[in-house]
Amino acid sequence: MAGISKRYGGVRALEDARLECARGRIHAVLGENGAGKSTLLKIAAGVVKPDAGTVELAGQPLVLAGPAAASRAGIVSVFQELSLLPDLSVADNIGIVDPPRRWGLIDRRAQRRLAEQALARVGAEDIHPLAQVRDLPLSRRQMVEIAKALARDPKVLLLDEATSALTAADVARVFDVLRRLRDDGLAIVFISHRMPEIAELADDCSVYRNGCHVASFVAGTKTPGEIIEMMIGREHTSVFPPRPPRPTIDPPAEPPALEVRQLSWAGRLEDISFAIRPGEVVGLGGLDGQGQRELLLALFGALTGVTGSVAVNGQAVTLSSPERTRLPGGGIALIPEDRKTEGLMLAMSVRDNLSFAAIDQFSRFGLVDRRAEEAAIDAMIRLLGIRADGIDGPVAALSGGNQQKVVIGKWLMTRPQIILLNDPTRGIDVGTKQELYRLLHALAADRAALLLYSTDYAELIGCCDRVLILYDGAIVRVLEGDAMTERNIVAAAHNLAAAASVPGEPPA
Amino acid sequence: MNAMKPARGFAKLDRALLAAIGCIVVLLVGGALYDSNFLSADYLLQQLQVAAFLGIVATGVMLVVLLGHIDLSIPWVVTIGGMMSTAAAGHDGPIGSLAIPFAVACGLGIGVVNGIGVAYLRVPSMIFTLATNAIAQGLMVVHTSGFAPQDHATPAMHFLAVERSILGVPNAVWVWAAIGASTVVVLRRTPFGRRIYAIGNSERAVFLSRANVRRVVLACFALSGACSAFAGVLLAGYSTKAYQAMGDPYLLPAIAAVVLGGTSILGGRGGYLGTVAGVVLVTLLQSILSIVQMPEAGRQVIYGTVIIVMLLVYGRGAKVVS
Amino acid sequence: MTGAPGPRAQDARYWLASHRGPLLAAALFVVMFGVFVTEHPAGLSADVVNTAANKGVLLAFVAIAQTLPVLTSGLDLSVGSVFVMANCLASTLIAGTPSQVALGVAIVLASGLACGALNGLIVVFGRLQPIIATLATGAIYYGIALWLRPAPGGEVNEDFADFMTGSVGGGIPFSIVVLVAAIVVVWIPYRRSVLGRAAYAVGSSEQAAYMSGVPVARAKLVAYVLAGLFAAIAGLMLTCLTYSGEANALLGGSYTLSSIAAVVVGGTSLYGGSGGAIGTIFGAFVLRTIGDLLFVFDIDPLSQPLFLGIVLLVAVSLGSFRLLKVKKRLDLYR
Repeated sequence: MAGISKRYGGVRALEDARLECARGRIHAVLGENGAGKSTLLKIAAGVVKPDAGTVELAGQPLVLAGPAAASRAGIVSVFQELSLLPDLSVADNIGIVDPPRRWGLIDRRAQRRLAEQALARVGAEDIHPLAQVRDLPLSRRQMVEIAKALARDPKVLLLDEATSALTAADVARVFDVLRRLRDDGLAIVFISHRMPEIAELADDCSVYRNGCHVASFVAGTKTPGEIIEMMIGREHTSVFPPRPPRPTIDPPAEPPALEVRQLSWAGRLEDISFAIRPGEVVGLGGLDGQGQRELLLALFGALTGVTGSVAVNGQAVTLSSPERTRLPGGGIALIPEDRKTEGLMLAMSVRDNLSFAAIDQFSRFGLVDRRAEEAAIDAMIRLLGIRADGIDGPVAALSGGNQQKVVIGKWLMTRPQIILLNDPTRGIDVGTKQELYRLLHALAADRAALLLYSTDYAELIGCCDRVLILYDGAIVRVLEGDAMTERNIVAAAHNLAAAASVPGEPPA
Repeated sequence: MNAMKPARGFAKLDRALLAAIGCIVVLLVGGALYDSNFLSADYLLQQLQVAAFLGIVATGVMLVVLLGHIDLSIPWVVTIGGMMSTAAAGHDGPIGSLAIPFAVACGLGIGVVNGIGVAYLRVPSMIFTLATNAIAQGLMVVHTSGFAPQDHATPAMHFLAVERSILGVPNAVWVWAAIGASTVVVLRRTPFGRRIYAIGNSERAVFLSRANVRRVVLACFALSGACSAFAGVLLAGYSTKAYQAMGDPYLLPAIAAVVLGGTSILGGRGGYLGTVAGVVLVTLLQSILSIVQMPEAGRQVIYGTVIIVMLLVYGRGAKVVS
Repeated sequence: MTGAPGPRAQDARYWLASHRGPLLAAALFVVMFGVFVTEHPAGLSADVVNTAANKGVLLAFVAIAQTLPVLTSGLDLSVGSVFVMANCLASTLIAGTPSQVALGVAIVLASGLACGALNGLIVVFGRLQPIIATLATGAIYYGIALWLRPAPGGEVNEDFADFMTGSVGGGIPFSIVVLVAAIVVVWIPYRRSVLGRAAYAVGSSEQAAYMSGVPVARAKLVAYVLAGLFAAIAGLMLTCLTYSGEANALLGGSYTLSSIAAVVVGGTSLYGGSGGAIGTIFGAFVLRTIGDLLFVFDIDPLSQPLFLGIVLLVAVSLGSFRLLKVKKRLDLYR
């Protein structure tokens, strides 16, 4: 690919970008969100047409009319947004484009065999080929997505954040498959925000910034610090900003901001008890799908049939619906899992989104006080540094990081006392991540109580005062202070009995 | 920093509104060329009066369409409005004088049932309102025993629908203007209005923003029922009687008017001024086709073709790319 | 014995899970029809069955026509108009010698295909919302029907008509044979074809289908074209039943609405992506049997529309029981 340019409206997504990937190599594409990585891959996959530039495959220029054409040319992609069809079976999904046919009709038996083989190849034999994709959890769907791509026997494989929802064990299996494919002569391009994954897998790296190609180099020839510097274009010291000193000892008389006792739900959450004091950041860790998301939803009143008790500031509360989380003292806020469908109204303006949760605060006699609303919105945009060319434009036009800031801003407008965060930095660039970490610290310093679920262990260690490790819906371990090491978290996440005997750093 | 003021959503909205107004002008000019009486104040006021009935129905339809739903119970709720008001008018005493609120309350009731079905039972609105439409029809058939009802409109109904008390403008137009103005305020300036648009965009996000999605949906369907029934009351006042299937010619034009006015049938986008333009446009189109004495067959073909062509010009959806 | 089900049992479970709607509709129909024939004074006579079949098949064809666009998460509000238009066209063409009749049938079916193609082109390339586009084209087709037949009437080859609506092989209604033939010749190959599955894919998630390289445009176009064909078949059957044609707007409208009801009762999701024509057929027969049941139970004809509405309302609300099982309230919202 050479000289690729693409503009969306007035916004430049790519400018004279290039990417070369040789057969039998794994090529990592790095850059902040909005650097144009995804657009570049979409152009290669035929989803987006470039304004200028050429795509070549094995020296032959390619004109890609659409994803179907790219697929025929042997370019197959796995995107950040899943391209699975929820109402169809796993086998139908895997054979969707070019199913085995007999007399012109789909041969279901052969297709099922194909699906079983494809699933086995990525080590996902636990998925039944006749199951509907809709019924599978996110991590399993992503495995189906990868199996589907491989079933097409690609020459070039493009992966955009393809492993973001996978468990560590799945990631290891997928990486094994990718390495094998590389040795078979495939060209593999992948985008990831997880530096360890890149270090583990990539042969070559290319860094992009603001739609431009910055540098390409052989993996391992640059330190992570240098790479991050290239990505953000400024001096970079540590990913995690230093934690400001916390008020050392809480007065014992003060009740915790949030206290949960023996919370259980539908066999998916078991007997969960913990407390968060004002100004504390508590992490939720463990393998994906162990009940962390459900716990956050339960605390936000979005589940029915929850047993146990919840107290806010020492007062027992009934959280039977999200409306009931509006409590004296600020109430509870939830930064949801999927910002595109659960956090934002994509077609509405940044302004409307920001003021939406707090709209009642700006109403007098049933009418919205526009002036007060505008002032509060402007203040929030400044506070969060939302980079929006048109804050009156649809929020869909913003980059992922800025969209997440809008979701968080929407809740900060309600001045919540307790903030539940569901993997808020997933798919967000390093620069914005840092801003978010600083924001979390600032909120904690402002005596908010934070419950943070993250799939990134380093993030838990870097941000939290304490980490609760969930396994199969129950808290199996609480790690605090110097015991919060990656090793301990991983061990506890797998509920290893040995976890107890793994010592952390010796206490100071 | 808000230098880039024009948002894409609004630009698009304005385009639809402008196109609708442009079409209205073309229709007026074309009509005037055919018959010079066409531009007379009397004729135009007459058209506005007819448009008012459709406009009131379209107001309710628009609220529901903004949510991303649809209300197919319009035809028989309009009929219920007409029949219940004339039936109540036949009574002496308090019921007779409360004919209008009684009929509107009946429509509201059907709307509430629709709202419960859609918001609480989560039945797709298209099928649930279809069922309530059938029930409304069944109720009216039983009520009239299959005959045309003998009752007549009350003076109040006649006053609202036909008379011209202020500036020679028909009262029905004033009624529509009042309903329209309050709708604009509700949609633009209240949290309720903001939530209507938001639900049309993403129900999940609204639910997770602590808003009561179901109550908003219920309210919109209830208002739609009330609007339709009220239009039925006015229609009964206009023709001094109610009759079976009097609401049938209102469903499709109302939906067409809302959509021609730039409201997305998928919800979340559209303004009331567009709906007003759409209503006037549809009414003028129907009127012109009848003035030029086009046979019914040709009228239908032209009506359908004009809607398609106009939407092709400015109402196209976005192409699915990434 | 272990607790885990064997692979075959597991397959069956998944099959049941994905066919629950159509199976329920079929069961409902069997029960209702059973009650109908036991209560009917004439019992299970060929006449009773034939009359029931002819009525049911008409709606079944229109409802199959509706099913195809619904599967792509579209909708076709013009099926009733195409049905009426085909009826008017057939009432002028299905006359004379057998070869003339055959030509007439071909023209009627072709006109249905043409209407469907116009719908499809407007929806796919005009990118208009199906609801509103077919609402408008429905007016056009109805106008054409009026132009073809301003007043009810027509001349029909009675031998052909009687054959189409009679019985064969000792009491099997021929209309059922036509229906089964249409399923075997058109629906099943379509369902198993790449394009047919593409229609399900588009209905499930158009975005994901496009990204997967599914031929989105062709899938939608074909769905609307076939919808026109099925609606035209229904119009042809109606002509054979009445020996005449009539541009009846109320009839068209009520068939359009009933077709949506039949699709839903038959277990096809209005959001697209799941369901199918087989379930729709049972859905259509269920709706028709409701009317028959009211007749045999001697319910005042005037209150029949009311009963129909209530039964429809209850039927569509029954699905809400699943809500009681939903513990994750977020899943209730789109």
